[in-house]
Amino acid sequence: MEAALSVAHVSVSRLAVRDLACRRGERLLFSGLSFQVEAGQCLTVVGPNGAGKTSLLRILAGLLHPVAGEVACEPAGEAEPRELCHFVGTREAIKASLTVREHVRFWRDLLGGTADPDAVLAEWRLAPQADLPAGYLSSGQRRRLALARLSAAARPIWLLDEPANALDNAAQAALAARIEAHLAAGGLAVVATHLPIAVKGARTMVIGGAAP
Amino acid sequence: MSAFAALVRRDLVLAARIGGGGYLSLLFFMVVVALVPFALGPDLNLLSRIGPAILWLAAVMATLIGLDRLFQADEEDGSLDVMLGASLPLELAILAKVLAHWLTTGLPLALCVPLFGLLVALPAEAMAPTALTLLIGTPGLTAIGAVGAALTATMRRGGLILAVIVAPLMVPSLIFGVSAANAAMGGTVPFTTPLAILGAISLVALVTAALAGAAALRGGE
Repeated sequence: MEAALSVAHVSVSRLAVRDLACRRGERLLFSGLSFQVEAGQCLTVVGPNGAGKTSLLRILAGLLHPVAGEVACEPAGEAEPRELCHFVGTREAIKASLTVREHVRFWRDLLGGTADPDAVLAEWRLAPQADLPAGYLSSGQRRRLALARLSAAARPIWLLDEPANALDNAAQAALAARIEAHLAAGGLAVVATHLPIAVKGARTMVIGGAAP
Repeated sequence: MSAFAALVRRDLVLAARIGGGGYLSLLFFMVVVALVPFALGPDLNLLSRIGPAILWLAAVMATLIGLDRLFQADEEDGSLDVMLGASLPLELAILAKVLAHWLTTGLPLALCVPLFGLLVALPAEAMAPTALTLLIGTPGLTAIGAVGAALTATMRRGGLILAVIVAPLMVPSLIFGVSAANAAMGGTVPFTTPLAILGAISLVALVTAALAGAAALRGGE
């Protein structure tokens, strides 16, 4: 628990990716991919379906091994990259029979956070559903619950895969504001998305667009 | 609350809720034990002689029930990705899940032996020793099964393959569990000899499950 708490306060000044290549099955999704994201920056990754956006995020999260290249968090500390980032994917890690509050509390304890679950739920406008089993949530509410993991435990790197899916306009704006607050606090974010996301100063990287 | 305790608690809550299947193993255990006397006929001596073997076989089968979902459910909904991102080593996360599974399957089975022992005419003096063998042996069964569950986590309908993979590995536990229980009903072997070996098997299985299960889950990516 001590170690987990300190990880939450580790700051990352830069996420550096060098010569990354990813293969899924027989297909080479991308190769020679290099980029850097500094603290306080947001990088949006766009590209056609199947270009490898999700695979890229999974590699950054340490959930997938690249066939070549490396991902480095600077300054290099004791913590592994997977312990420094939140990966919120399209699979939302939600159990139908657990209540909304139980999810947030579980994530907080598992990931070594210190947040108050009810404050987290209020932030993501889920307070009225706190005691509802997650199986009863609408898809937009499920999405917000999945995103609430970002607030349950503080981590410097956010890796978001299509975070705005199923969110209404107000929730999309709130998400953008939440990402901006994270950047202002010295965090960094990589967001794969088809929907334009209104984060100020976000850079855009296109992958797979030039492929034949 | 520590990450380990949080994971155990979540799995226990999930098992207790509707659809969690927390009591399924116990019910299955009861069904198997209750059916055997009908198959064997009214021979109480035979029944009480093979009683420990029936209880142990039923325990092996009951452990396999639902074990295929141990990691598969978390793999499917993305929870496994969250666990991999925790500071808690994956090896300990597996032990947490094994502990939660054992608390909802192995432990109730062992505690219910005095009840189910009646169905197989288990002698009164053998009740407590048989319960003790299951108490010591079932953590090993769950741990061995967890390796198979980790290997088949990404497989659809992996339950049958899981049973085929892990059932042979459960043979040593079965042999020493039954022989310890039989030793308690009389014989030349002291009760504690096979019991000690059973405990050793369970301890080795727990360590192996943590390491092999983590390797299997990481390799599954």
